[in-house]
Amino acid sequence: MLQVTDTIVRYGAITALHGISFNVEKGEIVTLLGANGAGKSTTLRMLSGLHAPESGTISFEGKDLTQVRAHEFTRLGISHVPEGRRIFPQMTVEENLEMGGFVRKGSFDDDVDQIYSSFPILRDRRKQLGSNLSGGEQQMLAIGRALMSKPRLILLDEPSMGLAPKIIQQIFEIIGEIREQGTTVLLVEQNAAQALRLADRGYVMENGRIVLSDTAENLLHDERVRAVYLGEGV
Amino acid sequence: MSGIFQFLSAHFHILHITFWPLLVGGIANGFIYSLIAIGYTMVYGVLRLINFAHSEIFMAGGFASYFLLHALIGHSTPSTGGSILFMALGMLSGGLCGMLVAVILERVAYRPLRRRNAPKLAYLISAIGASYFMFNLAGKEFGRYNLSMAQPFVNHSLFTIFGAPVQMYYIVIVAISAAMLFLLDRIVATTKLGRGIRAVAQDAETASLMGVNIDQTIVVTFMLGGFFGGLAGFLFGMSSGVVYTMGFTPALKAFTAAVLGGIGNVRGAMIGGLLLGIVESFSIAFVNGAFIDVVAFAILVLVLLVRPTGILGEQLGRSA
Ligand SMILES: Nc1ncnc2c1ncn2[C@@H]1O[C@H](COP(=O)(O)OP(=O)(O)OP(=O)(O)O)[C@@H](O)[C@H]1O
Ligand SMILES: [Mg+2]
Repeated sequence: MLQVTDTIVRYGAITALHGISFNVEKGEIVTLLGANGAGKSTTLRMLSGLHAPESGTISFEGKDLTQVRAHEFTRLGISHVPEGRRIFPQMTVEENLEMGGFVRKGSFDDDVDQIYSSFPILRDRRKQLGSNLSGGEQQMLAIGRALMSKPRLILLDEPSMGLAPKIIQQIFEIIGEIREQGTTVLLVEQNAAQALRLADRGYVMENGRIVLSDTAENLLHDERVRAVYLGEGV
Repeated sequence: MSGIFQFLSAHFHILHITFWPLLVGGIANGFIYSLIAIGYTMVYGVLRLINFAHSEIFMAGGFASYFLLHALIGHSTPSTGGSILFMALGMLSGGLCGMLVAVILERVAYRPLRRRNAPKLAYLISAIGASYFMFNLAGKEFGRYNLSMAQPFVNHSLFTIFGAPVQMYYIVIVAISAAMLFLLDRIVATTKLGRGIRAVAQDAETASLMGVNIDQTIVVTFMLGGFFGGLAGFLFGMSSGVVYTMGFTPALKAFTAAVLGGIGNVRGAMIGGLLLGIVESFSIAFVNGAFIDVVAFAILVLVLLVRPTGILGEQLGRSA
């Protein structure tokens, strides 16, 4: 479904991605793990056109997306839940959801309703401004907003960041449901244990390179992963 | 002490007999400031930069409608039906010319800088350069004297409030401006176009993740602001005439009004413009006419000392 080949991304003089390659197949949950600054967000940003790779290719459902601009990605079926949620602060919950459906034609009231049934708390807050939501509510809104474009691939950047364990649990359940409903998931997480328990496969990044790739099961039992990302001594 | 009382009672005496005319004139001027301020505030919203060439958009609108009405009306006196038609043509020519100049400005003076991620200062210099170029070009092509506009209608007194006659001119300005500003408010608050503009103003990068084409949204924003600026040039020119330097003072005051209301905030620009027009008008009763232009800036300083983000606050892209 998604094939990334040898992509290099630079921020001025800093090289954030030194030629990374990976793939995501339809129906999978794939997780991208790594320490701060490893290049996880950069990878997702490249996959939604915010940073075009300097070299290498991105292919999605057989189409070459390497030079496609950010606003086209949503139409092509890729939706991005950015790091830090990035809710529109001066828009209501409902308007934020409507922004998620920006590329769609016609009415999508049914889909707004469907998001509300998945996230009942958002229905209660529908007229509140985005800036007045709690962190957990904002994360649910960010996910709901991304689902409004009916993506075939959803990119999630650290959805559990800064949330209470109970809310994190809820978010992970939601990610599972998203896959059940047929959307493929690429999940960036610091919360490696939980991400690996949910995912089918995983990649580990270090300093802009992919250093490990395996099934989630194997990574969960890999000594290096356990030592570095699961906080366990070897 | 008694001197102060004498001073105040003398001035309030003036105020007493001229209250209503000052209010009506102030509201009409204020609406013109509001129309111009829209352009400053909306462009600031999406680009975080002050379009200092907006004064020339206003001037261009004034000249376009001047030439069109001059050709159509000349020195004749239009019938009622003709008046309505000429008003519509004046508005359209002013607005569309303002729009065109705004789009050219975006393309020539701003977009190349945006492509290169230029620092904000570069935009300022570019805007000042474009402004100088445009008004000097207008001065060279259209002469350096004030040209009176052919009048689309006869400016008689329509009715009186509390004995003060209210002229047709004021009614027309207030009606047109209020209707246009209301329309804009609805566009920004309820349409998809408006949602796109607000999204770019609040978080451009995330807006692009939602599928909003940022470049296109910026152009549309310049177009809307340009239309309102050009329209204001026509309405202003109808009473004051047009001249190559006409943009300078009204635009500077409208910029003040935009900051006063809260830059980036569309309703703030409307309120700021009205407030400035009214206060400025009443200040005639208290200060020498020669100082009238200073009043606007004195108000700005005072308001910003109390509320640094303006009256409604700098709420970018907020609908209500
Ligand atoms: N806008 C930018 N300008 C310059 N350098 C950047 C920029 N964004 C990221 N970088 C650098 O690129 C590298 C990768 O950053 P990235 O945000 O992709 O890491 P990450 O894996 O998402 O980290 P985190 O877990 O902290 O979110 C880092 O060295 C970072 O300092
Ligand atoms: Mg990150």
